[in-house]
Amino acid sequence: MSKEKLILVNQLCAHYQVEVSLFSELHDFGIIEILTIEDSYFIHEDKISVVEKVVRMQKDLNINLEGIDTVLNLLDKINDLQTELDAVKNRLQLYED
Amino acid sequence: MAFIDYYKILGIEKKSTQEDIKKTYRKLARKYHPDLNPNDKESEKKFKEINEANEVLSNTENRKKYDKYGKDWKHADEFDKAQQQRQQSHGSYQDQSSSNFSESEYSDFFESMFSGGRNRGGNVKFKGQDFNAELQLDLKDVYETHKRTLTINGKNIRLTIPAGVRNGQVIRIKTQGGEGLNGGPKGDLILKFSIANHTKFKRDKDNLYANVDIDLFKAILGGEITINTFKGKVKLIVKPETQSGTKVKLKGKGFPVYKKEGEFGNLYITYNVELPTKLNEKEKELFNELAKLRSK
Repeated sequence: MSKEKLILVNQLCAHYQVEVSLFSELHDFGIIEILTIEDSYFIHEDKISVVEKVVRMQKDLNINLEGIDTVLNLLDKINDLQTELDAVKNRLQLYED
Repeated sequence: MAFIDYYKILGIEKKSTQEDIKKTYRKLARKYHPDLNPNDKESEKKFKEINEANEVLSNTENRKKYDKYGKDWKHADEFDKAQQQRQQSHGSYQDQSSSNFSESEYSDFFESMFSGGRNRGGNVKFKGQDFNAELQLDLKDVYETHKRTLTINGKNIRLTIPAGVRNGQVIRIKTQGGEGLNGGPKGDLILKFSIANHTKFKRDKDNLYANVDIDLFKAILGGEITINTFKGKVKLIVKPETQSGTKVKLKGKGFPVYKKEGEFGNLYITYNVELPTKLNEKEKELFNELAKLRSK
């Protein structure tokens, strides 16, 4: 994995004003993957949007990590279902007219 | 600025306690939070409204001012000052509070909530709002990769639309959304494609389907036909004794595969055999003769 696309966890903690422990918990929950390179912890930049979602859900809604994990799983399911629904709608057009 | 009934927005009474407000706000926030309702503009609007109501009503001082001065609550200090001066000079006072609640447009209190200005919770930097847009294209447009300029919130964005995008497909274009909060990065543009099909082809993923009429004689005796495809005209050999409903596959003559240059789906042709109508006497005679021959 290219190091260019990795972001230092400590930087993120300062940026979002959260504890490092949040990242290790997110890692334990399987929400993000923490990579260790030369004794430093990183996450992939693609996971930033997930981290922000988690921070917002914690700050705005007081949801604990178990709840956030459940919400994220359900949102993934909704997204998959929406994709499937779009595909079915497109296929249905084959039989319309 | 029009008056907003914050109590009505939260669905609580004027005498509600701070605990009631907190509880109601949490409940509504969980229901309408944009992270829990992606791509739902109504929820986002509602969330802004309940946030605004909560910001005012959960703060005891602001709530007092709001209860007293209604729509002018932000100018409460100025009113109080003016009142004191008036009392000193005239000894009388007109109550400025208002109870004329009206259904009106959302105020600009949280205008910047999702566009970069407001600071939620200290100096935390947040990514800007993701903009959602729908791009309507014709099926013919997406047969080939092309460039297009979109105007989103008054800003022109030049995009390359890859060949083969599907109806309903959503793509995320990084940093083309709203400004970040407290110096956070810009949001993304989430673009949904709505693809109208005005062609004779039906599309399912990368495959195309079309019905082609052939006359009875070509169906029975076989022959050659020419059909139009997205790639141009294609000659097809019709086998003798082709039945109506027969399907043929034209490999690689379908739709381009998204982001796989040079790869195409297939084109499936279904033959529809057209029976002759308005037969003349001679033709009827010949068909009768044929029928007799077939029945022997």
